[in-house]
Amino acid sequence: MTRTAALLGPLMLLLGLAYLLPFLGVVRWSVTLPEPGLGQYHAALTDPLVLSVFWRTLRICAVVTVVSVAAAYVVTLLWVRGSPVQRLLVELCILIPFWISVLTRAFGWLALLSNKGLLNSWLMSLGVLSQPLTLVRNEFGVIVGMVHFLIPFAAFPLATTFRGLDERVLMAARGMGASRARIFWQVMVPMTRAGVLGAALLVFVFALGFFVTPAILGGGRSVMAAELVYLRIFQSPDWGLGAAVSVILMVCVGALLALMMRQGRAGGAR
Amino acid sequence: MKPLAPGPVVTALAALVAVFLMMPLIAVIPVSFTPNRYLSVPTEEWSLRHYRALIDNPAWAAGTWLSIRIGLVSALVSTFLATLFATGLWMIEPRFKALYMGLALLPMVAPPVVSALTLYFFLISLSKVNSFLAFDTFAGVVLAHSVMIAPFAVVLISVALSQIDRRIDLAARSMGASTVTRLVRVILPNIRFGLLSALFLTFVLSWEEIGVTLFITSVNAVTLPRLMWMGLRDNIDPAIAAISVVLLAIVVAVVLTKTLVQHLRRARD
Repeated sequence: MTRTAALLGPLMLLLGLAYLLPFLGVVRWSVTLPEPGLGQYHAALTDPLVLSVFWRTLRICAVVTVVSVAAAYVVTLLWVRGSPVQRLLVELCILIPFWISVLTRAFGWLALLSNKGLLNSWLMSLGVLSQPLTLVRNEFGVIVGMVHFLIPFAAFPLATTFRGLDERVLMAARGMGASRARIFWQVMVPMTRAGVLGAALLVFVFALGFFVTPAILGGGRSVMAAELVYLRIFQSPDWGLGAAVSVILMVCVGALLALMMRQGRAGGAR
Repeated sequence: MKPLAPGPVVTALAALVAVFLMMPLIAVIPVSFTPNRYLSVPTEEWSLRHYRALIDNPAWAAGTWLSIRIGLVSALVSTFLATLFATGLWMIEPRFKALYMGLALLPMVAPPVVSALTLYFFLISLSKVNSFLAFDTFAGVVLAHSVMIAPFAVVLISVALSQIDRRIDLAARSMGASTVTRLVRVILPNIRFGLLSALFLTFVLSWEEIGVTLFITSVNAVTLPRLMWMGLRDNIDPAIAAISVVLLAIVVAVVLTKTLVQHLRRARD
């Protein structure tokens, strides 16, 4: 008993005191500020401004999930099954961005896509454009930045899935004369469906609570739920609403994680 | 049996994705040499003024040094606590193991903004009773980072533990080794690589942490990412490009070395 306390105790104590208790405090904010009651939840679910933020969040997260999982799928395919040189190059292209700070990556997109950025300067000097294209400080910029951030996170679980594929099934399809396209769509994709679903859930969960990339590339114009929390705490204070939105996010993520765990257990049993 | 190689369509698409992944990192390089005070692409003149600004403006050195100190202390704290916890779970296998693990991983799976608000609440509550472990202080940031990165250390160490042969520990135990002896003489030496990678990962995670840091600091504990954030929000400061190139060079060097060594080793075997 004392052994259990001595080994597990310190971390549990830290997380209990510095995470669980204060989270309950945040929940209390959400039902007491500015006045006791469920007013902030009512506001969060009926106020058109907040609702539009939730819809935008869901829409962006859905698009980002589909695009980044699809992109990760093809790039991981080459990473796992390509020639040694291809594997090395792809691995570098996945690992280098992965280890680089999210701020540098968001800044890179600004450098590339903003009005005076590389792409616009290049297109204008070629005479293709007379006016710069607005590619950041809007929803497009947010989606590009988030897809870029999330591809490695989808690639890692997908790589595990691909490594576990039964090679003989693919060879059998090949041996019976199936074309590459047919092997891809009718053998590869169905065999990796569970892995794709897992990666998609993971990416969606990450995308939901994410606010650094949207804040920089959205430029305050296409605000997502997590950024709304930041704004309501620090810029136009409405702590109760910020806390309520946080609690709603936590509940959504909790539900998705529970789904993911059930999915994983069902996958393991098969 | 040689595996079926990806076809031309998949290869071409994958190459596009790979280029997409590297594009923004490469774009940072020319922008860092702009002679202008705003974000732009240098045309005639290339200038090193933004690199000079990194040296001349003491804020950059101060932020870097603060981030290094915070990273080192919180990596040590979180890896230490995570080691006790993970080895404890492994040795004792208590009831409700999943419950303990769930709590330990909570900060990793919760949305970053929720963790940020939670730790903000925690630190401003502490600020009312003391000024050491408080909002916008070194100790406050270390504590918050430790909470955020400990789950990653728990995962890495648990993976390392799962590869130990349990019979070694059973042997030590049957010959009368105490818990401390088993921990220090048997288990820890067997997971030393896991410990090292946990230290490394937690340091990097703290070094680049911004989501939580944004909520719990204001003007005193300005870490390097916090400083970069301030230069990114309104008027974009090209000094961010210069610092980004420096950080990029470090990451590329480390990843390149590690990957090449791995591939060479694999090719030799």
